[in-house]
Amino acid sequence: MTLDTVKRALETPGERQPYAELGMKDDEYQRVREILGRRPTGSELAIYSVMWSEHCSYKSSKVHLRQFGTKAPKSEALLVGMGENAGVVDIGDGWAATFKIESHNHPSYVEPHQGAATGVGGIVRDIMSMGARPIAVMDSLRFGGATQPDTRRVLPGVVEGIGGYGNCLGLPNIGGEVVFDPCYIGNPLVNALCVGLLRKDQIKLATAPGPGNKVVLFGARTGADGIGGASVLASATFEEESQAKRPAVQVGDPFMEKLLIECCLELYQADVVVGIQDLGAAGVSCATTELAAKGTGGMRVNLNLVPLRDPTLRPEEILMSESQERMMAVVAPDDIPAFMAICDKWDVPATVIGEVTDTGRLVMTWDGDVIVDIPPGTAADEGPVYERPLVEPAGQTALNAAGPCRLPRPTTGAELRQTLLTLLGSPNLASKEWVTSQYDRYVRGNTVLAQPADAGMLRISEVMPGAQDTDRGIALATDGNGRYAKLDPYTGAQLALAEAYRNVAVSGASPLAVTNCLNFGSPEDPEVMWQFAEAVRGLADACRTLGVPVTGGNVSFYNQTGTDAIHPTPVVGVLGVIDDVSRRVRPGFVAGDLRVVLLGETREELGGSEWAHVVHGHLGGLPPRADLEAERRLASVLTTAAADGLLEGSHDLSDGGLAIALAESCLAGGVGCTVTLPGDDPFVDLFSESAARALVCVRPEAFDPLAELCARQGVACHGLGVTGGTALSIENLFGVPVEELREVHTKTLPGIFG
Amino acid sequence: MSAARVGIVTFPGTLDDQDAARAVRLAGAEAVPLWHADRDLRGVDAVFLPGGFSYGDYLRCGAISRFAPLMDELIPAARGGLPVLGTCNGFQILCEAHLLPGALTRNAGLHYVCRDQRIRVENTDTAWTCEFAPGQEIVLPIKHGEGRYVADAATLAVLESEGRVVFRYAGGNPNGSLGDIAGITNEAGNIVGLMPHPEHAVEELTGAPSVDGRGFFTSILKRLVNA
Repeated sequence: MTLDTVKRALETPGERQPYAELGMKDDEYQRVREILGRRPTGSELAIYSVMWSEHCSYKSSKVHLRQFGTKAPKSEALLVGMGENAGVVDIGDGWAATFKIESHNHPSYVEPHQGAATGVGGIVRDIMSMGARPIAVMDSLRFGGATQPDTRRVLPGVVEGIGGYGNCLGLPNIGGEVVFDPCYIGNPLVNALCVGLLRKDQIKLATAPGPGNKVVLFGARTGADGIGGASVLASATFEEESQAKRPAVQVGDPFMEKLLIECCLELYQADVVVGIQDLGAAGVSCATTELAAKGTGGMRVNLNLVPLRDPTLRPEEILMSESQERMMAVVAPDDIPAFMAICDKWDVPATVIGEVTDTGRLVMTWDGDVIVDIPPGTAADEGPVYERPLVEPAGQTALNAAGPCRLPRPTTGAELRQTLLTLLGSPNLASKEWVTSQYDRYVRGNTVLAQPADAGMLRISEVMPGAQDTDRGIALATDGNGRYAKLDPYTGAQLALAEAYRNVAVSGASPLAVTNCLNFGSPEDPEVMWQFAEAVRGLADACRTLGVPVTGGNVSFYNQTGTDAIHPTPVVGVLGVIDDVSRRVRPGFVAGDLRVVLLGETREELGGSEWAHVVHGHLGGLPPRADLEAERRLASVLTTAAADGLLEGSHDLSDGGLAIALAESCLAGGVGCTVTLPGDDPFVDLFSESAARALVCVRPEAFDPLAELCARQGVACHGLGVTGGTALSIENLFGVPVEELREVHTKTLPGIFG
Repeated sequence: MSAARVGIVTFPGTLDDQDAARAVRLAGAEAVPLWHADRDLRGVDAVFLPGGFSYGDYLRCGAISRFAPLMDELIPAARGGLPVLGTCNGFQILCEAHLLPGALTRNAGLHYVCRDQRIRVENTDTAWTCEFAPGQEIVLPIKHGEGRYVADAATLAVLESEGRVVFRYAGGNPNGSLGDIAGITNEAGNIVGLMPHPEHAVEELTGAPSVDGRGFFTSILKRLVNA
């Protein structure tokens, strides 16, 4: 087998190379030739093809994502912004939190269990590589229609994969979403979020400075995972008839990842790490080029030293392998013995494979021959950037014109009661316990709130040594609504942010920073690209208004089958801080004899609503207004009231409106309520999805202080009634026993998934 | 006198060791970390084997851990009367080490289950349950995929007749355990294994909506003081 060395590349300039099979365009390949002044070797082609892919280079999204920086609100909390493995924010008392959400959509469709599992593994390593201890995960999931046959294949596997991996890592799963819509049937969305904690003066970065420093690959051995593309390369380069079929989806080993977590934390504590990077997409290619590009600029690597699980792997395949549970560290030579001793304690294989140089070149050898010799920045940072054409979708105006106003509405008490039960038992609003009971929400003992609470919350003290000196906690929520974004991507993205922001505030925490996962169809379709551009613009504008910066995230394009794209689905995660975690507000009606209070204003807003979707299968009109100033005022009321001890329980209003919020609040505490609707139209009161609203319950004596607080902030405050009894009773309209609510709410998913 | 010292064992893949240490400390005892690779019990008065996925649960839950160097010390000490509590993976390890009879197999429902579970305390004579009332119902979280307790008929008969079933699931069997068994003890009553997690039910703010787990730790402290 001929090795394609740099020497050979110079000697055979005209050799045909399979760049198109690797997804490179003609002009991209030509640019590589110009950069190198010769044709690339097979290994170099492997590196450029994968580093310049949409997934790694953000070539279609970059020009839009810049707004997250240019429009970013001033935030003293932001310690590390976009561009690193994950953003880092200051949460006070010397502590920092790092968090990020990332998609693993396509692998999860191909092989749901491993696809979802390795999605968790990847995001956890991103958090580890910032120098943090990962402390919790959550997942935002979207599937096809609940009763569509393929959903029964995909959902159980995804849930088992997330649970199997996350549970074995010892990370509590504290929240997320499960949404069903036929638009996701061929393109399920698996977005995994991880949050970690670290001292704010101990942030680690992906950089390789200091010539002479050693490059250490540690963790699992490298196998043939996820290198379908490289096999094409190898066979074409070497003119072989056939290469063994390589698996396209990576396989995870959560036990190794758990060892890696503990091992990394000990390495950080021993202060023997100069720079660190996890190996995710594009494996060794990505880690070496990115580390070198951000450091002194040069690196020399002997690829023969990479420990292999499959000894037959060729260098091109080693470079592209996406084997899981691997990290790369830059270590001073004197620290190597200490580094190796810690890896040995945790039974983590570790190998020096190269060193940092000041040559400005990334040079790799195989059997002594040079097979890669490139300026690393050209692969890591200087990939192509596209300004793709944008066109408003042809049917957009008609879609917006076809509002829900003509849909028949329930009017009598009996009809409204039935509508409530129909919505409550529909797959999107039904209890997700079938899913969440497969996740460990208690491990490590710091979980203050977890699903079905609006936000997950963790206390900081006791998370790791030294944290005992803080009363603080962090809260996290993710939200997104593809139907809203389909109707208006600009507003839809803002509503996703608004809901996550509100959910954090409902728990008593102040929203601080944002991560996002932007799930869209093909960027080569101008109508999809318009949706993307609008969503990014909307989200960036909303972040500025709410004063919460985007710290990082991920774009997932090509979520479409043929010409059928998913609804544009920006998923937004918000992190908040609560100064005294014991002041957290529990979900729902936690006791009887409390006043039930609705905060915020209700308008007739039913476009894209759950009611229109479930009862009429209708999607049209405009989504609810995103009134960000109102969101900010509401959040201020909620967090102030929580800090003052005014709130006993709370819940945000979103999908399904007040009706669903009341029912869920009764279910959360197992307590009924008797309420009178505030407006003239019971249907609108119950089912409108106006944003910037929340339902709270307070002790009777706390009502006046809360009303005064609301008046000062300009937030509408309606006393609706009281908690107590065993039924949800809407005066003059209907009542439903809490037990009936529970039965309707809990039977749907077990009925479908067993 | 100085505080009682309770050893908390960490194997590679142990997850609930931090929680176990916290529960021990909250009860007023000293939590002493014990490392799987050390042949040293560090003179502890009792040992807590916490949950997790030791060695990834590869091969069989607890099957590899029982061969850890530390177990060479722990097994004879437990046979000699050292109080030992194993929860979840710790229970699985105690069964694999033959300190307790029977085995934990895949849940009948084939899914991992995390939920707050009602448990009935059947035996209050053990080192870890003496502060509970006989027949008391408590709430503890369970979180496991392989917690279905099985044993042959003769073993079950002995366990039942000798009152060695310490805990039974109440209000629904979550995993198909024979006889609704959630936890058992050895003949001497010093070794207790159970699938539920007392260490996740010791604080108002965090964990399960219950502090019933505290009883395990007040029990062992009382036993150690009186020993």
